[in-house]
Amino acid sequence: MRTIRGIGFILERRAEPSWLLALLSPLIAIALTMVTGAIVFAALGLNPLHALFVFFIAPLTTGSLERLALTAAPLVLIACGLCLCFRARVWNIGAEGQFIMGAIAGSLFPVFLTGWQSSLVTVLMLALGIIGGMAWAAIPAFLKSRFGASEILTSVLLVYVAQRLLDWLLSGPWRDPQSSGIAKSVSFAGGQLLPTFGGTLHLVVAFAVAAAVALAFLLANGMKGYEIKVSGLAPKAARFAGFSRSGLVWFTFLLSGGLSGLAGISELMTTVKQLQPVIAPSSGFTAIIVAFLGRLNPLGAMIAGLVIAVTHVGGETAGAALGISPKVSQVFQGILLLCILGCDALVHHRVALSGLPRLRLRIG
Amino acid sequence: MTEIYGDPSEELAPPVPVLEALDITRHFGSVIANDHVSLAIMPGEIHALLGDNGAGKSTLAKIVYGSLHPDAGEIRIAGETVAMTSPAVALANGVAMLFQGFTLFEQLTVAENLALAMPSGSAPDDLAGLISEVSTGYDLALDPALPVSHLSAGQRQRVEIARAILHKPKLVILDEPTAVLTLQEQARLFAILARLAGEGCAILYLTRRPEEVGALCHRATVLRQGRVVAEVDPRQETAASLSHLMVGSEIADLRLANDDAVKGPPLLGMKELSVHGGEIVAIVGIAGNGEAELFAAISGERPVGDGGSVVIRGRACGFMGITARRRLGAAFVPDRRLGHAAIGDFDLTRNIVLTRYPENLGMVRGGVVDYEVARRIMSRVCEMFGVQKGKRDPKARTLSAGNLQKFVIGREIDRKPGVLVVHQPTAGVDATSAARIRQELLDLARGGSAVLVISQDLDEVFAIADRAAVLSRGTLSPARPIGELSRESVGLAMAGAA
Amino acid sequence: MEHLILASIAAATPLLVAAIGELMVERAGVLNLGVEGMMVMGAVSSFGVALWTGWPLVGLLAGIVVGMLMALVFAILTQSFAASQVVAGIALTLFGLGLSGFIGASLAGHAAIGLKPIYIPFLTDIPVLGRILFGQHIVTYLSIALVAGVAWFLFNTRLGLILRGIGNNHDAADALGFDVIATRYASIVFGGACAGLAGGHLALTLSDMPQWSDNITAGRGFIALALVAFAAWWPWRLLAAAWLLGAVTIFGPEARRLGLDLPAELWAALPYLVTILVLAVMSGTGLLSRANAPASLGRPFLPGR
Repeated sequence: MRTIRGIGFILERRAEPSWLLALLSPLIAIALTMVTGAIVFAALGLNPLHALFVFFIAPLTTGSLERLALTAAPLVLIACGLCLCFRARVWNIGAEGQFIMGAIAGSLFPVFLTGWQSSLVTVLMLALGIIGGMAWAAIPAFLKSRFGASEILTSVLLVYVAQRLLDWLLSGPWRDPQSSGIAKSVSFAGGQLLPTFGGTLHLVVAFAVAAAVALAFLLANGMKGYEIKVSGLAPKAARFAGFSRSGLVWFTFLLSGGLSGLAGISELMTTVKQLQPVIAPSSGFTAIIVAFLGRLNPLGAMIAGLVIAVTHVGGETAGAALGISPKVSQVFQGILLLCILGCDALVHHRVALSGLPRLRLRIG
Repeated sequence: MTEIYGDPSEELAPPVPVLEALDITRHFGSVIANDHVSLAIMPGEIHALLGDNGAGKSTLAKIVYGSLHPDAGEIRIAGETVAMTSPAVALANGVAMLFQGFTLFEQLTVAENLALAMPSGSAPDDLAGLISEVSTGYDLALDPALPVSHLSAGQRQRVEIARAILHKPKLVILDEPTAVLTLQEQARLFAILARLAGEGCAILYLTRRPEEVGALCHRATVLRQGRVVAEVDPRQETAASLSHLMVGSEIADLRLANDDAVKGPPLLGMKELSVHGGEIVAIVGIAGNGEAELFAAISGERPVGDGGSVVIRGRACGFMGITARRRLGAAFVPDRRLGHAAIGDFDLTRNIVLTRYPENLGMVRGGVVDYEVARRIMSRVCEMFGVQKGKRDPKARTLSAGNLQKFVIGREIDRKPGVLVVHQPTAGVDATSAARIRQELLDLARGGSAVLVISQDLDEVFAIADRAAVLSRGTLSPARPIGELSRESVGLAMAGAA
Repeated sequence: MEHLILASIAAATPLLVAAIGELMVERAGVLNLGVEGMMVMGAVSSFGVALWTGWPLVGLLAGIVVGMLMALVFAILTQSFAASQVVAGIALTLFGLGLSGFIGASLAGHAAIGLKPIYIPFLTDIPVLGRILFGQHIVTYLSIALVAGVAWFLFNTRLGLILRGIGNNHDAADALGFDVIATRYASIVFGGACAGLAGGHLALTLSDMPQWSDNITAGRGFIALALVAFAAWWPWRLLAAAWLLGAVTIFGPEARRLGLDLPAELWAALPYLVTILVLAVMSGTGLLSRANAPASLGRPFLPGR
């Protein structure tokens, strides 16, 4: 069996991956993150238990569940698409750029036809948001399928281009003339905002749930889902089956780009209510964490999105209550992803303790 | 070379075995790969480890070489117990190994490859001298400046041999070294091995071909299903008796082999070759001579050339992809089972979908897969072809080589294809399964289908093919009836001499 | 002209330093997509320590150490826990961006003492060539030394040969008794040191009294990754590629100076667009063929198969 030496332990490959640990590993990762968090809080001179409570528990009890759902929805939308990308080993890590472009494209109506606020404009803005995200995702898809250029690098570099584009638009052409020097667009109103349903739940929550359920079904039972899984597990077998790799690159990029764009414009139409330089700090990157925490399964991503939303809301309340930067939530999200990767070793490997390995590096 | 090994005749003390393996046991999950295996090799002895695919030869060799650890048992080198924890320990104890898969550094030159094998501390200038000394001394004919990616299979193997010799080994392990060699290269290898043995180096020779054992080896240990079943003097045995020991039972003779079947219409056509219904045509070639590209071109995995380069049942389909060709009634089986013909992490049902979804079986309706349809086909295939599996629907990865090969070939034959193209139908497969697969191919052809086999196994080609063509350095010779060919002439053509 | 060359080299230095480290890592067969994260952590720790001690050089040292620690996390995940290199690299970048933002929040508004270019009396004052040859930042000289050192190490030492062998075929290297995992640990940590240094240099040379700005590396780590491929894994070609890209980076401000009036925000997007374009052209024309890439690049090493 394959064994991997570590410092003080050996990983021995299991004959079958453990399904139990596959389910448990995100939970173990969350627990490890909390332990790390306690240490960090203690190091900052805070009472770790109180800080953990404020961070992880308080958002569930005091904050409204609607707010959690609203925070989670764009993350889930993006992450669902990324689940399919990553399953197919198409590395779209530029969802942040597609998110921004969706927001920019959807803002065309409020910026240029500010007075038009009928419900038709709601639909058009959402459609333009999807198209904007798709168009931005089409660039790496084209460069990959036509030239074979690494989609990892092209997609992530396009994030910075999109951000510069947004900065430029808000620095002049699209800036609200009434705003005194602040880089932001006009405020959205009426049909330029998403309606709510069932009380206070925004429509975007329904979009997220629908996307997660539909894509989970596609992955489990659809022929396209089969194609995605084969292509990710064994590229040669995919070619043998007659699946087109470039077709799949296009499909996954356009799908995840469209969902990211939808998330981008929805964010403007619910929370932000205008176009501004920072829409929702690194939603597109955070969604990568959501996708992996959800085990690259759209339904898992829905749960993971809620977990991440808790840390996000917790970060904001902690900022006020404990006097630390709300950016602490991003630190925890990063630690969480690293912990998941570490814990995933347990799914495929059995851990045995060993002595310290002898260094066999031959120097000479 | 005597300065490396000393003259064996000078040693007067009673000889101690170079290597003793005592009661080696190793499990892989529930499978027992080595069951209390013991053997001993004396200096200068060429010792055969004979066994069918899956008998446990490679497992034992890797344990001796330290790249795999035994569950129980003991390794002794020159009488001393050694804990073979890693290949580095093995090399330090004078054990070198040549691998089945040619473990060279493709992007480095021959000299760099050899430099990596040298013990640390040796200066590069005496390395150049040593390389030429070894190269001429053993007639290896190596150009140190060439990158390994430019070399033929035989040349690569000689680099591996040079690499082993530079370690001044007391024991060299070779794992099926002739599998990818032409007859001429094989003769050259045997001469080099005899010379090494003559200088006192012991050789452990892993093979599943009894005829090689008689020609080369002094002693033979026969493995079957992880156990030692006999230790014999091969010069007292025949190939048939060794084969019987190895397999344990008689392999059924092929029915309908090489008979004068009625030739049907041409069903598969290429520029150089056409295959008619009712016959098996073989393309013989050593790995790396373009056979992988040929398979990809015929199957449409990578359509090349003009529309007429491949004709299936009268339809020019050079531009079509593999799915369109399947719909014309053709079926394909590539050489690599896991990761190409099948997906290891998928159960067998899901592996059925891989090649069967384009048919009108109701397996895919409105973009949704009905796995129940696939499951019925899976059960049928497994029953028809005697695929042995622990669970009802196990992951492909858990099947043995023979059972998985029966499954991937059965998946295609179950379609009753008009044209079947198989690359390496029995490579790495145990003898019983191989016989079963060959029989199925014959039955399919005699039922009127055109079967094209791409193989480097001459035994197989002569057993089942009606006609054969040789692929050498990317060019295909005209196909000739098998009766007009001899092993020697085919071997020469494979080497590119003809 | 003198000014243009100076500005190009200054812009290229962090790219070059980060890329030469990653080149070594990739030569050993490991793809670390976390360069951006290691760089930004190097930047924030260099800035913080320089601010705290008042010694920019100590700050650089801190950047190197933190870069190494970040790389160690990646090494443990990919080498000891067999995690996917692509995923672990992305994770490292996200972690680095988050943590640097958190630390940076408490540094905002302060100005550290920046690194000053070297000044040698008389030599630096030589017209035209003086400042180019004798008036650069210390890390610029170091970057050229690193390129030379890595080239020498890879192609003239036995350890370098072993490292290239491991990058080419890790199974074969293992079979010969070389320690694949230990060698990769070492090269990954070296790559982290370079990325940390690159980030530190960037943070401390923004101006004479640099301030912290979030996300200061702005994708330079990813550009460095692209540079390694542009250079076809050859150290000296990397030097050329980095300096050319440095020239592209300063093209925007220079063009504005000459009256080509595109908005600054759009000029700032130019380096990314050029990198994407070069990536596409080189991939499409086969200049960036996989044949040059270390054959084991990105593949997990699972010994004892």
